[in-house]
Amino acid sequence: MSTPNDPAESGNTDIAAYLRHQHETGLLRFITCGSVDDGKSTLIGRLLWDSKLIYEDQLAALTADSKRVGTQQGGIDYALLLDGLEAEREQGITIDVAYRFFSTDRRKFIVADTPGHEQYTRNMVTGASNAEAAVILVDAAAVSREGGLLAQTKRHSYLVSLVGIRHVVLAVNKMDLVGYDEALFREITDAYRAFSAPLGFPDIRAIPVSALRGDNVMERSANMPWYKGPTLLDYLETVDVEDARAQLPFRFPVQLVQRPDSAFRGFAGTVASGAVRPGDEVAVAASGEKANIDRIVTMSGDLDVAVAGDAVTLTLSREIDVSRGDVLAAPQARPSIADQFKAHLVWLHAEPLLPGRMYPLKSGTDTAPAQVTELKARVNINTLAEEAAKTLEMNEVGLANLALGKDIAFDPFSENAATGNFILIDRETNATVAAGMIQHALRRATNIHWQAVTVNKAARAQNMAQRPRCVWFTGLSGSGKSTIADIVEKRLHAMGRKTYLLDGDNVRHGLCRDLGFTDADRVENIRRIAEAARLMVDAGLIVICSFISPFRAERKLARSLMEDGEFLEVFVDTPLSVCEARDPKGLYRRARAGELPNFTGIDSPYEAPEGPELRIDGAAMTPEEAAERVLELILR
Amino acid sequence: MSPSESSRTDAGQPALPSRTHLERLEAEAIHIMREVAASFENPVMMYSIGKDSSVMLHLARKAFYPGRIPFPLLHVDTTWKFREMIAFRDRVAKEYDLDLLVHTNEEGVRQNVNPFDHGSAYHTDVMKTAALKQALDKYKFDAAFGGARRDEEKSRAKERVFSFRTAQHRWDPKNQRPELWNLYNTRVRPGESIRVFPISNWTELDIWQYLYQEEIEIVPLYFAARRPVVRRFDQWILVDDDRIPLRPGEEPEMKMVRFRTLGCYPLTAAVESTATTLPEIVQEMLLAKTSEREGRIIDFDQSGSMEKKKQEGYF
Repeated sequence: MSTPNDPAESGNTDIAAYLRHQHETGLLRFITCGSVDDGKSTLIGRLLWDSKLIYEDQLAALTADSKRVGTQQGGIDYALLLDGLEAEREQGITIDVAYRFFSTDRRKFIVADTPGHEQYTRNMVTGASNAEAAVILVDAAAVSREGGLLAQTKRHSYLVSLVGIRHVVLAVNKMDLVGYDEALFREITDAYRAFSAPLGFPDIRAIPVSALRGDNVMERSANMPWYKGPTLLDYLETVDVEDARAQLPFRFPVQLVQRPDSAFRGFAGTVASGAVRPGDEVAVAASGEKANIDRIVTMSGDLDVAVAGDAVTLTLSREIDVSRGDVLAAPQARPSIADQFKAHLVWLHAEPLLPGRMYPLKSGTDTAPAQVTELKARVNINTLAEEAAKTLEMNEVGLANLALGKDIAFDPFSENAATGNFILIDRETNATVAAGMIQHALRRATNIHWQAVTVNKAARAQNMAQRPRCVWFTGLSGSGKSTIADIVEKRLHAMGRKTYLLDGDNVRHGLCRDLGFTDADRVENIRRIAEAARLMVDAGLIVICSFISPFRAERKLARSLMEDGEFLEVFVDTPLSVCEARDPKGLYRRARAGELPNFTGIDSPYEAPEGPELRIDGAAMTPEEAAERVLELILR
Repeated sequence: MSPSESSRTDAGQPALPSRTHLERLEAEAIHIMREVAASFENPVMMYSIGKDSSVMLHLARKAFYPGRIPFPLLHVDTTWKFREMIAFRDRVAKEYDLDLLVHTNEEGVRQNVNPFDHGSAYHTDVMKTAALKQALDKYKFDAAFGGARRDEEKSRAKERVFSFRTAQHRWDPKNQRPELWNLYNTRVRPGESIRVFPISNWTELDIWQYLYQEEIEIVPLYFAARRPVVRRFDQWILVDDDRIPLRPGEEPEMKMVRFRTLGCYPLTAAVESTATTLPEIVQEMLLAKTSEREGRIIDFDQSGSMEKKKQEGYF
């Protein structure tokens, strides 16, 4: 580190010593889980209170709030320190993740305060994902009343285990309401150990507390002389979370390539696990190319070693192909490389999971399109039973096979949480819809193909992020149909929509080249086009058809092949005189000369639509204006 | 800061070093800044010239060392900032070769919107919040770094590190993207944006300590000096220029004061202090009985006012 300011210069040796000591403190991130009534906010409020982190102005606001909406009959309601957002304060429940900070001489603490309410599993998983320890609150009075652990306690414990937290405190709260009863505490502790055995926590510490009265939170309780263990704060100050990640094999997901000038090429990123020193050999996980670490660069100077959590820039001994998304790894212990794996999913969004739908996946610094190819089970988070399911709703947990559009590098989550996790994103709204924890790669032998699920029109449309349509332009020759249709397609294409334009040019030469211009042939021509358009709509496309299509019946037939709302009839209503004056291909002149029999408008009728979705005044509107109207119709 | 020295075991094998809380917070912030630089087309860093901005700037320099900071800094100038702030801003921009953008709501200037005639709420709304939205629209930034911290205020405690904003710059506290591990969702549609808060998890003490350890320069107003002030609403207000209307009989007096937070000078109260060094400031802070934002007059307009401002686009 940089040289501290000279204490003598500052005129105060004590404070300089204090600052030096502060620099030596560690950090613990923990999560508190409990229900609305377990006293969770009160507990955190108490920790902030007892560690003197409430200022006078906050205290004044707290006292006023306690009088206004407090639940402690005029006493200070510590919970009000935490409930930040207005709506929640009135409801009296915390509905999102809030982060709180306090410190002691030994550690700085970041507390994720998350709700215990059933609907908010997503928030708990969010808060727990960065926590090293969990404090699970149990209301002793409620357990006594209900005769056993509450479902939510089991739920919280399962979710804590799911996201890989190893250190659990069972804070048996409200001991003051049960007469500080040791037998009840033992009973609750035993029940919890029995229940949680399958979850495999390596460290469970049960502590009897009263958050409201302060028993065993910071000060040892005089009311429970039978309890010999640490207070809650003692435990949090000393629990050994010494980064197990640093002992794992080296993983370095590359965030960006630093190339300030031609002489320097470095790879910036955060060490996900393990450690690395100059001279160490590393391999690019995906390609297997190897090189040695040349330097570990930081602005404060090069390092001798970088460990898990360090944000550094690595330079290599030789030029190999590395870019964002690549993982540099220990060559002897490389991550899995696969495009299919089995994983736990926690669904976080109101829109349920659609197996087969494409979701962008982000893992480390890499991204890939992903789809759930098979939902193996939904986990009942109250009983831990696996149940059959077709989808996952918000706050549900499932076990699924996923297939990706490309290989990615990862480790099983149970072995390396930092490289075994991922999120899924909704392609249209960009909402984060799921959290994932990888179990293992699926081998080629047990390959589940990328498109193995039943794919229907809805699935294809979702994949294309658009609503399939058939936009049918009808009107006289020279009315401007094709010009407008062409602009519409170009505009849709620019917006990333998937389109296809069917017109006389690409149909008459192939699909319908055996047909002439008799009425019967005209009917058959339109039937074939309508069927082709139907297939394309089924494929998820926005199909634009531009044909004179003079007869109502055939246009009606085309409409009948589509679902309600899919067929959009656009009547380009341009007077014959205008069309004939334009005569872009000289057809009217030839028809008038008798060279083209059965020419619509001359010697063959045109039946104007009775109820088109859109009528374009082809004489008054420019093609651009008309195209704008059509686009509004399509995108409505 | 360079990570702590690694200790050696008896066998002579180097043991792995453990990191202090500030080292971990620093690494987290650098990771976030790099993620934004790699994922967004047009990011910007809000630069308020305050101590948190000084920390942010230092972290950005570290994140992209040995390269240049790959995005511009934006200062929304209400025209009521302390003069020393502006001088500091211009000097820092030059020293670190920064791409500095300054935006002022010219319409507000034409209407002579000021904190004396219009009150703090309206002034802030026009010269700060509206000006910020103008700038974001003008430059079409898709990500904007802010120096907000979760320990500052209750509604901020619940905000994400990557905080989504609609095309109208609105924050919806009920509809935030879940944020897991260090996997930040950087995807937005055209017009939408993300406000990014790399020092979300720092506390005020962390900021001071980091400034001290890293020897980062801050605006001299943070240090106590004799300055001309007047007493208003029970607070000391600096007479920074002759735009402040003095009341009949009101005489600026010279007081030893410093500022715990910097903003528009008529809206930022000074505290009496003798702290002229960082350790002395920290010592005063440890003894302080009022929280940092108390010196900011805008937070007190109404209960839950910060949350309302944030929904409307305030940082």
